[in-house]
Amino acid sequence: MNALLHGRLTGLLALGAVIAVLPAFLPNNFYLDIAILAGFNAVVCVGLNLLIGYAGQISLGHAGFFGIGAYASGVLVGSYGWPPVLALLAGAVFVGLLAFLVAKPILRLKGHYLAMATLGIGIIVSIVLRTESGLTGGPDGMMVEPFKIFGVELYGEKVWYWVVGVLLVGVVWLSLNLIDSPMGRALRAVHGSEVAAEVVGVDTARFKVLVFVLSAVFASVAGSLFAHYAGLITPAKADFFKSIELVTMVVFGGMASTFGAVVGAVVLTLLPQALTIFQDYQQIVLGGILMATMVFMPKGLLPTLAALFPARRRA
Amino acid sequence: MKMLATAELSPDMTSQARRVGPPILKVEHLSREFGGVLAIGDLSFTIAAGDIHSIIGPNGAGKTTLFNLVTGVYKPSGGRVLFDGADVSGMAPYRLAARGMSRTFQNLQIFFNMTALENVMVGRHLHLNTRLLPALFRFPSLVRKDREARDRAVQLMTEVGLEKYVDADAASMPYGALKRLEIARALASEPKLLLLDEPAAGLNATESREIDEVIKTVAATGVTIVLVEHDMKMVMGISHRITALNQGRMLAEGTPQEVAANPDVIAAYLGAAP
Repeated sequence: MNALLHGRLTGLLALGAVIAVLPAFLPNNFYLDIAILAGFNAVVCVGLNLLIGYAGQISLGHAGFFGIGAYASGVLVGSYGWPPVLALLAGAVFVGLLAFLVAKPILRLKGHYLAMATLGIGIIVSIVLRTESGLTGGPDGMMVEPFKIFGVELYGEKVWYWVVGVLLVGVVWLSLNLIDSPMGRALRAVHGSEVAAEVVGVDTARFKVLVFVLSAVFASVAGSLFAHYAGLITPAKADFFKSIELVTMVVFGGMASTFGAVVGAVVLTLLPQALTIFQDYQQIVLGGILMATMVFMPKGLLPTLAALFPARRRA
Repeated sequence: MKMLATAELSPDMTSQARRVGPPILKVEHLSREFGGVLAIGDLSFTIAAGDIHSIIGPNGAGKTTLFNLVTGVYKPSGGRVLFDGADVSGMAPYRLAARGMSRTFQNLQIFFNMTALENVMVGRHLHLNTRLLPALFRFPSLVRKDREARDRAVQLMTEVGLEKYVDADAASMPYGALKRLEIARALASEPKLLLLDEPAAGLNATESREIDEVIKTVAATGVTIVLVEHDMKMVMGISHRITALNQGRMLAEGTPQEVAANPDVIAAYLGAAP
């Protein structure tokens, strides 16, 4: 128990320390911007990892929830003059309800069928965002006003870096807490054996729905803040490719590892930037790296690295 | 048939002094078909509280199907299952667990993505706070109860002889230990009725005897046990009553001696006498 608590605190402190000292090594706003994008992706991936890595369900539609959050903030603040915090909460509640409504029927599906159903949801969201141009600005996207709270406007990479940093530490803390709780064990039990979980009293359907809703809400909140930060959102942020990218980050970093999800998000956000020297062959190199990862470390980056060290680690 | 010899019956089982408890499980005209094939047909029997009640029968007799019907994994095509006086036919397994029924599986159903201890702690699910907000924010009451659950799980693992696997990953444990782990997990839910589906299958003679002891110890605490098992030595040694099935129907029922002496049972196992 003590060791576990220790492990959780150590990880959180390490993450906090990295976030705290990182800006000293980033020469300009271009790098800060990449760090912020990595942070947003990490927040979504930590939530998605609860669903994929721990509960063993798949979602190929999470960019849709990210997109709804982003557009809820864009539209409610820009067109209706809502305070940004209220718009963020409204988006999160709406996404939560939507996820709840679709989760009940689709989480009865397994494997490929569940993947197809969540893919469908993502595509529907993306089509609506593209075609409802009166509301969303259509394929060109829309401008989003800056985030204001208590009369203070969050502006510039330096401010947003800290906002995202604090958000990420908070989300990681929540995730670690959840996993080491009765509900967290129930989620992992659903992954391990649904029938065995049921016969000791776990209402598997309820927990699958709950974790789906929770991970969708994480994505929505990240989407809302991202929209304010970027100042411009397009339907591309909600489309199928973005969903695949998120799943890849989770799998690459290491399933069923919260810090793995963070590492996966960070590495796969940085990688395309680092690969620009390959110019036209960037996508091929990226694909090659991913394939090699899956072949040589199927458990993902962090769990594979952790296994190299003798001390038992719980991330 | 030597394996059913009366000599192998333990003395306390043969005495008539044992008081029969009230019925805890009643199966009435239960049937289940799979695409026109009758797996269980018009089956009725009663299990008394406090008994070790074995279900025997040749392969394909419908024993596991019966377990799946009673525990809600399958829905019956006809008939009723009464648990503690209430009709629970086709009720979801997790609801039955809340009423005090749990089971183990013939083909292991272990949470291989967790440690052995966590497997047993999942068994405490019904006795813990499983809501989202207390978990996310780590309420002190939740942490305290979780610590108690951990202690209880360690205790249960010790009781079934798994103390050296407390910190092990379930995936690294040998087959025999996993069989016990399932029993410990089921016991963690504090069932009134525990159904064990071939707990000794695949075990060697020593391990079988140890499982035997575990089952007797559990029964001594007042838990009613329903046992499906092919190890006749074990069945004859620990059962208070036995129900014999053949092709989904009742073949015989009674004390181990009665069933062992029943000509229909002998015929079903060895083929009809000429």
